Amino acid sequence: MVIRVAQTKDRWLLPEGIVELLPQQAQHLEQLRRELLDLFNGWGYDLVMPPLIEYLESLLVGTGNDLDLQTFKLIDQMTGRLMGLRADMTPQVARIDAHLLKRDVPNRLCYIGPVLHTLPNGFGRSRSPLQVGAELYGHAGIESDVEILRLMVEMLKTSGVNDLHVDLGHVGIYRGLVQDAKLSSDQEERLFDAMQRKALPEIEAYLNEWDVVTRTKEHLLALIELNGDHSVLTEAKRVLSSASAPVQSALENLCQIAARAEYFIGELPLYFDLAELRGYRYQTGVVFAAFVPGQGQEIARGGRYDAIGESFGRARPATGFSSDLKVLAELTPRQQVSTGIFAVVDDDPVLESQIATLRASGERVVHALPGQQGSAREMGCDRILQSTDNGWSVVAVD
Amino acid sequence: MSKVLTIAVSKGRIFKDALPLLAEAGIVPIDDPETSRKLILDTSREDVKLVLIRASDVPTYVDYGAADIGIAGKDVLMEYEGDGLYELLDLKIACCRLMVAGVTDVPTESSRLRIATKYVNSARRYFASQGKQAEIIKLYGSMELAPLVGLSDWIVDLVDTGNTLRANGLAPLQHIADISSRLIVNKASMKMKHAAVKPLIDCMARAVAERS
Repeated sequence: MVIRVAQTKDRWLLPEGIVELLPQQAQHLEQLRRELLDLFNGWGYDLVMPPLIEYLESLLVGTGNDLDLQTFKLIDQMTGRLMGLRADMTPQVARIDAHLLKRDVPNRLCYIGPVLHTLPNGFGRSRSPLQVGAELYGHAGIESDVEILRLMVEMLKTSGVNDLHVDLGHVGIYRGLVQDAKLSSDQEERLFDAMQRKALPEIEAYLNEWDVVTRTKEHLLALIELNGDHSVLTEAKRVLSSASAPVQSALENLCQIAARAEYFIGELPLYFDLAELRGYRYQTGVVFAAFVPGQGQEIARGGRYDAIGESFGRARPATGFSSDLKVLAELTPRQQVSTGIFAVVDDDPVLESQIATLRASGERVVHALPGQQGSAREMGCDRILQSTDNGWSVVAVD
Repeated sequence: MSKVLTIAVSKGRIFKDALPLLAEAGIVPIDDPETSRKLILDTSREDVKLVLIRASDVPTYVDYGAADIGIAGKDVLMEYEGDGLYELLDLKIACCRLMVAGVTDVPTESSRLRIATKYVNSARRYFASQGKQAEIIKLYGSMELAPLVGLSDWIVDLVDTGNTLRANGLAPLQHIADISSRLIVNKASMKMKHAAVKPLIDCMARAVAERS
């Protein structure tokens, strides 16, 4: 029998997927956080801080079942209403844009904060990511999509992630084909499930069973094979030339974005997957993700989602990306050199003022407590403040 | 990560049946898994390694990217809950059926069926789709015993020839799904190593088509 009650001797154990960061990791992550905020600021993105908890209706609006399942819920004692701990900050930021800022100019917002997931996710099986992302509202063109894509790549480069691969797709192509196929919602659900697994045999069986018109059937089957380098786009234009107008315009949109992306981030390996349906429930246009070798899952993802603001009373074109800063920090270990100055506790005002000056200049000064164990080195210091004939001076320890 | 492709396969029938297909793609294991104790096998292709693991672990290795490619039975994939892999190809090997089986001619009267199985998710899904409430009892082996000793009304298990069932006085009752082995690929590997992965899939797809 599995013992489900936490035993007293194991009371230090954290819940599954919940992590804490020790000094070195915390310092690294905080450094990264500051660098990324500076980067976003440099691109004109304003920081917002949505709440950790809010009423469920606004938290989940227009997002679908997946996010509902991922959200921890509790009851507000003041109103009796159900509240959720955010599992994704994107809808919150969309609400801020649609409801609170109400501006008609393009809006650039960024955010960093903890989110919680009910189910472990990704390579690290984490349930407590530190979500970081940026969103651009109010512009429907490819320029804003590529700006967001470039900023995502820039964020990963700034973090020190090497060997980046970028994956591009467009949910509009599949959405258009499903319309052509005239499926019931139940059939659509099953096709979507098989499509995500690229389960060719199953899809073929479904399409035959449902009597989908031959032309659309061929298109849907071809879609699964349409992945690889740039040549895929040319191939797609040929194979899908007889598809409906929405499919054509989605494909054209992807081609334009691809051309512009190649111009700006062409040094990275770009991969195209026309059957990629990441975030299909709320994405409306291009979708993209970043991969690195050794990680079985994407480390950042984004795309266009024009419909979400509607639920807050104001539909606005929107495009954005997000990532988990804890994953980025883990991918980019940095050698931390501990520097600091060890100083005795002494009431000499000269010493006090010198310590104050050192601290003001950004130095880290650690007091040696009377009778304590541990040398300067062990206390993370590479220098000490020593009493000399002419006052106190900083001396290196060996 | 190196440019090496790792293929996860389980020992036994799937491995044996997959060998000719892998050979079509120029992949022949150098060590014999029956005699070698090695878990990672070198192959005739320097850029391809085989890892031998339990059948039910194959999707896990591929989902996490510990193996780029895997060969796994549809029965195992139907149980697996992760979403990090593609099921690109039906290899049409190790074919059998997932079935409900039970003692012949004994109608079950109970309002709540008791089902013993290794395939918990598939069994639950199947009976739900039939509009039946079923109590699922997870077992790891010798399913045929369960109805005989009153542990369950029926079992859900793979049936090949049906000999084991017959020997224990059981008969296949309902067909749930046809099972065969699939070629699965990690989503990230598909994107990052497509130059190596795609030709391999094409080779194996051709080999499968030629055999049928």
